[in-house]
Amino acid sequence: MDLNFTPEEIAFRDEARHFFRTAIPQSIRDKVAEGEGLTRDDMINAQRILNAKGWCTVNWPVEWGGKDWTSVQVYLYQDEMQQANCPTPIAFNVSMVGPVIAQFGSQEIKQRFLPATANADIFWCQGFSEPGSGSDLASLRTKAEKKGDKYIVNGQKIWTTLAQYADWIFCLVRTDPTAKAQEGISFLLIDMKTPGITVRPIITIDGGREVNEVFFDNVEVPAENLVGQENKGWDYAKFLLGNERTGIARVGASKAKIARIKELAALEFAGERPLIESSRFQEKLAAVEVELKALEMTQLRVVSDERKLAKGRQNPASSILKLKGSVIQQQLTELLMEVVGPYVMPYQRDFEGNNEPIIGPDYASEAAPMYFNYRKVSIYGGSNEIQRNIIAKAILGL
Amino acid sequence: MDFDLSEDQRLLKDSVDRLVADQYQFEQRKKYMREPAGYSAAMWDQITEMGLLGLPFEETLGGFGGGPVETAIVMDAFGRGLVLEPYFATVVLGGGLLRRAASASVLGALAPKVASGKLKLAFGHVERHSRYNLADVSTTARKDSGNYVLDGAKSVVIHGDTADKIFITARLSGERRARNGVGLFLIDPATAGVTRRGYPTQDGQRAAEITLTNARVSAGDLISDNALPIIEHVIDEAIAALCAEAVGAMQSMQDLTLEYLKTRKQFGRAIGSFQVLQHRSVDMLVAVEQARSMALFAAVMAGEENPIERRKAISAAKVQIGRSARHVGQEAIQLHGGIGMTNEYAVGHYFKRVTMIDQLYGDADTHLSYLAAQGGLFGKVA
Ligand SMILES: Cc1cc2nc3c(=O)[nH]c(=O)nc-3n(C[C@H](O)[C@H](O)[C@H](O)COP(=O)(O)OP(=O)(O)OC[C@H]3O[C@@H](n4cnc5c(N)ncnc54)[C@H](O)[C@@H]3O)c2cc1C
Ligand SMILES: Cc1cc2nc3c(=O)[nH]c(=O)nc-3n(C[C@H](O)[C@H](O)[C@H](O)COP(=O)(O)OP(=O)(O)OC[C@H]3O[C@@H](n4cnc5c(N)ncnc54)[C@H](O)[C@@H]3O)c2cc1C
Repeated sequence: MDLNFTPEEIAFRDEARHFFRTAIPQSIRDKVAEGEGLTRDDMINAQRILNAKGWCTVNWPVEWGGKDWTSVQVYLYQDEMQQANCPTPIAFNVSMVGPVIAQFGSQEIKQRFLPATANADIFWCQGFSEPGSGSDLASLRTKAEKKGDKYIVNGQKIWTTLAQYADWIFCLVRTDPTAKAQEGISFLLIDMKTPGITVRPIITIDGGREVNEVFFDNVEVPAENLVGQENKGWDYAKFLLGNERTGIARVGASKAKIARIKELAALEFAGERPLIESSRFQEKLAAVEVELKALEMTQLRVVSDERKLAKGRQNPASSILKLKGSVIQQQLTELLMEVVGPYVMPYQRDFEGNNEPIIGPDYASEAAPMYFNYRKVSIYGGSNEIQRNIIAKAILGL
Repeated sequence: MDFDLSEDQRLLKDSVDRLVADQYQFEQRKKYMREPAGYSAAMWDQITEMGLLGLPFEETLGGFGGGPVETAIVMDAFGRGLVLEPYFATVVLGGGLLRRAASASVLGALAPKVASGKLKLAFGHVERHSRYNLADVSTTARKDSGNYVLDGAKSVVIHGDTADKIFITARLSGERRARNGVGLFLIDPATAGVTRRGYPTQDGQRAAEITLTNARVSAGDLISDNALPIIEHVIDEAIAALCAEAVGAMQSMQDLTLEYLKTRKQFGRAIGSFQVLQHRSVDMLVAVEQARSMALFAAVMAGEENPIERRKAISAAKVQIGRSARHVGQEAIQLHGGIGMTNEYAVGHYFKRVTMIDQLYGDADTHLSYLAAQGGLFGKVA
């Protein structure tokens, strides 16, 4: 056991630090720091910069642009990227559909999609959840009927993040209505421009537009867009969700938030002294820092264990990361609101776009929306209750 | 000890409960919000006709002499409806300041106007670095040939955008945070040198930024020249009122969540059949009931004349309400899953309102610090 980095690892960290802070435009990193929404172009630009360096799809197989990095390198890469407030590569592309295609897709489908997915030439969205199938995902009803060399897709997806930006959607669809729920599901890739697809926005409580309903009305999908085998989609989905959870800990992003909270708490006054000097505030922040350090160590342990697991198997401990990581991210948004104080009140996100000066300090306007918005992180990607169910079953054997 | 409402209080409760149940359904509220003022003019008239605007004033002034308990009855109902009209700003803040600070002649002239819906009020006290300290006043009032000249800025003035007159604090003398020398003015926002910029708040209500640049007001606009103790009392009453409103909002979140647990099905059964969610909603109930108890305590103690005892009680209530509301709000969203995150559904709006209430006049932790510094609530056992 040795918690020190080797000289090579330190050199790697320094390279990563330098790269993320110089190659990704400051304007994009400022938006991430302030919690402002990124445009589609911001996301694509940032991803292409990473991809050009070969640092976008590090979790993919080497032959498809992955890196044979050590777990420490992967950790340092993520940590430095998040601490520098770089946008994470589009999760739907890089942590979700890419690895599934690379693992389970045919050679043709890999060639067709993986390079474009890595370079964000295709912007993906995730069509899993349905109105009647959230936690109970396997009950999904959107059906795909095979007719000749096509599937005819009918049904509805919901909570589809950034469907308004997406070129393609990867969907779980029911291909065998007679089989047991988990055994009649397939993993299908659908071009969003196909006739019969309608996207309807859902505005979230923070006033943002990030989720949508997606309707499928007799949508014709070439059969070659099926990933892997028909009716094996559930296995692929489980593989994908496990990957999603590791990414969701976001330790580096939380470190960046803590740094920002400290910086801003020095500017705000509680009585005659800056808030950062209030012992109550210091202790609350320090308590979260302890939790975050513990999570960081846990993540390192999970990542290093995962290297030893057979390919494609998930470590159920990744649920611990999702559980703790989501709660810490949420707590930090509470602390940021506390820093801002009365100036959290003005609602300053408008869709018309006016040029009036911001009310209060310029960091105030996103504090409350971020707090509201971050309630999602304990809901999506398998709610925290579902994560507990997984841990109870898979780790505790209950 | 008697927790029962009087006959009059029960009548009041029935009528405000009915108003909210009949006219403040979530879909109706959306419409009210889209009106130019950000609330419903017709609803304001109706609130006026019900006599609610005269609540704190004596009958001779067009009111019905209600106290903090009556206010709590109204605010609890308004919390369930997420009422948008400027009742709190006009009656609880404005009415409270008039009643406690104004001379008999000013009160006699203005209270009937408030009671008849013709005079909407607001109170501006937040400044850039004042946070929750009411004594922290940098805005200045300078005497000039029988007038006062005001300079400074006030932030997040609740319903300041539609108020006909606005109370503001301005320093007549003393250092920035001195307790002495805080003047309370009642100004006309049309005065030269006064600007206001209205905007929506996170919870769908309205507020304004007010700037005062060489704004000349008459000596008669100075309502009180050493106003801090009075303002603190009015704010304590206002906190008690907000506690009641928050309890109403929490109750609605509890009701909506319970209903959802019974109807939403996953894994072939109502999600309310999962024991873990049953326990979570039991904990929500406990939090709501603890908050309700402390809101009651606050209402009873809001009239206490000993400022230390009053403030300790109010702070204790604000702590409980803040913590309960955060718990209930977060859990309400969580137990709804994705639907809880949408603006089209009511629960998120209650969550946003209670979140804003927590940070009005001091968040839970600020009040906890104050209470701890005062030695807590309980002394040695006698
Ligand atoms: C902002 C946001 C973005 C999203 N993005 C996407 C996306 O891009 N693509 C996509 O496919 N989906 C997406 N989702 C959907 C997300 O995965 C679902 O919301 C989630 O799976 C929960 O499903 P549900 O909302 O239907 O809640 P439900 O499953 O109805 O759950 C309601 C409540 O019941 C609890 N519960 C349910 N079952 C159990 C049980 N067995 N034991 C204990 N508690 C239980 C839940 O934890 C929750 O608290 C997104 C959601 C949000 C909020
Ligand atoms: C100090 C002490 C004094 C006592 N005095 C008396 C006495 O004077 N007379 C007397 O008759 N008994 C007495 N008891 C016994 C006491 O009432 C039992 O311990 C209690 O009812 C729990 O039963 P158990 O110990 O068998 O635990 P179990 O019933 O086996 O419970 C074990 C755990 O499982 C949980 N659990 C059980 N069922 C459920 C469920 N359906 N849902 C969720 N969780 C569940 C429990 O909450 C507990 O955490 C005493 C116990 C103690 C510790």
